[in-house]
Amino acid sequence: MSETPPLLTVRDLRVSYRTRRSTVDAVRGASLTVPAGETVALVGESGSGKSTVGLAVLGLLPEGAEPVTGSIALGGRELVGLPDRELRGVRGREIGFVPQDPKASLNPVQRVGAQVAEGLRIHRLVDSRAEAARRAEELLADAGLPEPARVAQRFPHELSGGMCQRVLIAIALAGQPRLLVADEPTSALDVTVQRRILDHLAEVTRDAGTGLLLITHDLAVAAERAERIAVMSAGRVVEEGPSARVIGAPAHAYTRELVAAAPSMAAPAAPAAAVRAEGPETLLAVEDLRKVFQVRLPNGGRERVAAVDGVSFTLERGGSLGIVGESGSGKSTTAQLLLRLDRPDSGRVVLDGVDLATVRPARLRRLRRDIQPVFQDAYGSLDPTFTVEEAIAEPLAAFGVGGRAERVAELLDLVRLPSTTRGRRPTELSGGQRQRVCIARALALTPRLLVLDEPVSALDVSVQAGILALLARLREELGLSYVFISHDLAVVRQVCDRVVVMRRGKVVESGPVAEVFAEPRHPYTRELLAAIPGGLRAPAPAVTAGTANAAIPQEKRLT
Amino acid sequence: MPMTVTDTDTDTDTAGTAEATGAPQEREHAARARIGAALRGTARRPWLLLAALYLGLVLAWTVAPGVFAHQDPLLTDASRGLRPPGAEHWFGTDNLGRDLYSRVVHGTRTSLVAGLLAVALALVVGSVLGALAGYLGGWIDQVLMRVVEVLIIIPGLLLSLAVVSILGFGTTNVAIAVGIAGIPGFARVVRAEVLRIKGSAYVQAAVTSGRRTPAILLRHIVPNASPPVLVLAALDIGGAVLSIAALSFLGYGAAPPAPELGAMVSQGRDYMSTAWWLTTFPGLTIALVVLSTSRIARALERSGVSS
Repeated sequence: MSETPPLLTVRDLRVSYRTRRSTVDAVRGASLTVPAGETVALVGESGSGKSTVGLAVLGLLPEGAEPVTGSIALGGRELVGLPDRELRGVRGREIGFVPQDPKASLNPVQRVGAQVAEGLRIHRLVDSRAEAARRAEELLADAGLPEPARVAQRFPHELSGGMCQRVLIAIALAGQPRLLVADEPTSALDVTVQRRILDHLAEVTRDAGTGLLLITHDLAVAAERAERIAVMSAGRVVEEGPSARVIGAPAHAYTRELVAAAPSMAAPAAPAAAVRAEGPETLLAVEDLRKVFQVRLPNGGRERVAAVDGVSFTLERGGSLGIVGESGSGKSTTAQLLLRLDRPDSGRVVLDGVDLATVRPARLRRLRRDIQPVFQDAYGSLDPTFTVEEAIAEPLAAFGVGGRAERVAELLDLVRLPSTTRGRRPTELSGGQRQRVCIARALALTPRLLVLDEPVSALDVSVQAGILALLARLREELGLSYVFISHDLAVVRQVCDRVVVMRRGKVVESGPVAEVFAEPRHPYTRELLAAIPGGLRAPAPAVTAGTANAAIPQEKRLT
Repeated sequence: MPMTVTDTDTDTDTAGTAEATGAPQEREHAARARIGAALRGTARRPWLLLAALYLGLVLAWTVAPGVFAHQDPLLTDASRGLRPPGAEHWFGTDNLGRDLYSRVVHGTRTSLVAGLLAVALALVVGSVLGALAGYLGGWIDQVLMRVVEVLIIIPGLLLSLAVVSILGFGTTNVAIAVGIAGIPGFARVVRAEVLRIKGSAYVQAAVTSGRRTPAILLRHIVPNASPPVLVLAALDIGGAVLSIAALSFLGYGAAPPAPELGAMVSQGRDYMSTAWWLTTFPGLTIALVVLSTSRIARALERSGVSS
């Protein structure tokens, strides 16, 4: 393998973007190689420049990028400085691209078959329209889509996210490229769909001997799927090597940090709820909750869909309950019902003996003190016109609580934000800081229950680890209870002591986290657990030492 | 070891902070740089600059017409009738010997005040209706929006004509009529903005914070909905001035001899072949007001006047 020249060689790549006020160096000296038939993962956090590297390889840098310096060689041919006319011949024909957002990356007014055929026609790989259509169907079938002839006639909005991603893979492979660049190909997809897409990509690259540059923020995906990993930080590739070594024995401090921060199924589980002398006491009891939405069908008809369909669970004081499920499982609707932002069609939400579903509005407003939310989109949940101080003080103002300035200072301290952030607006904060502000606001009225709807999914892993540690500490110090909604089972395992698995509005399984994750009874739970990248299924003793899988627990045990 | 993890995050966050804001002096410096850049940007767009200068002049005419036009716009002097533009009478004189320049200056004032009044009326009433429809939803929304749709179907000028024939003639009534025709546009824009903001997570957070509806409307929805609405208002000023001039042209506006641009164009029509200046100068003044306001409103729209 080492004898043959690598398929793609990137050497000392530098890319800068011109902004109105200054020049930003996005990539400052990145070097990596992708051998033919191998998968190389380019890992880094947001802003590390990993996507820019992918775009530079494709020659698709946006306007405002300064000319690239360094070298990008594909099979010995230098791509940097190549005129755009010649690059057009390379793109699609020699390098395929699988973009991140499957829904946004297809033309909404064109049938998907035509979009696959477009690449074939541009590169004159087919002679006639009929042949292009036939070949497009073959490609869709190769991409693992059932009934390719029918799918080819569909518009993108008629397909699911996973199907759209398969269409994009078909487009990328239409020209039988030697190299495939996949920029976060599965980040927008559910974990079970992610697994199938990644399996498919692995199969295709193995069969055709295509090199794959897999750009991802997810270290577990990289560890599972790539032969080699390149870690990027602040525009530089800080470490590159075989996956097992990079994960198992990271040489660079930043890589160690990333590995340590990655939530894993082997990390220590959350402590059980503090058992009180008088025994567990129920704080929240949800009984047979139901919410039905009317959905308009494409053909003009209407359909009633039960988003939440007979959900019941209880949460004891000081406990932490995880709700897991994929998109469309009804977990976020459940959160809306718990917070009474929406009214359930039937069922009860009993908080401390009071049914929130039927309580009168004035009483409900007073009860809101006890149950506070933290949403996924920290940026969207802060009013852009408010300063941090105004945002945190808002619940206090709503209930006319005095001494707000001192309370805000106290809360900032509690969530470990410097007092200098008081006067800032949300745009001036980082993602992690914004989520801390949201947590401070939720804590302002000293609630008993926090409903956290995917509070860390939008954050980078190292920031995520910080927020999770904060949540764990707050729960312990303030005796809070959590309802923690997440699609990420590893995170739930870290934070929660009980878990509810939801699918299509129904609870399919529930119980203590350790039990459910170790011995899942429902097939859906098993599928979810199996789909976790890295295959870290519970404390599996079968993991061979020295592999990437074993390395994470070793690293993690230190924490 | 969990401590280590926390520290890491704090580090990352503080790094972001330093980058985001920095010391107050730096911020001030940045603000000054931004103003400088804005000025340079304006200089690079001469039409925008001209539009702003022209509107500045027109506003000055409106505030203090006496400073700009020393002659009485109503003073007739039959011996000086229909003089062409010259040093003594910049824009010439009309058939009764009145100085056209000072009539244009005073007439602009009438038209512009009426236009602002019309837009203010449309803005206030339209915003209230749109906000109510958007926030409360349900049957209120249905009823209000159906009414707005009916109003939108009727051509604006026709609607204004109908209203003014009910209210009676006069500049104020014309302004009210034009304002009423502008209400549907504002109601729809405000409703759309309110719907967008109502669905946002920060409004949900405010609800769970225990905020009452009026407070949410006042503190969250109005400030966040205002930028696009204000751009629409700026765009509408030109159109309102034009509509008012049109209605005055038709004779619904200010009663003679009071100067009003539309009425002046109408009166000048009789002398079109002999005295071109009678229609040209008032007409040009209206056209330039409309063009300038729309040029400036477009610039505002593009810069996104974000809060």
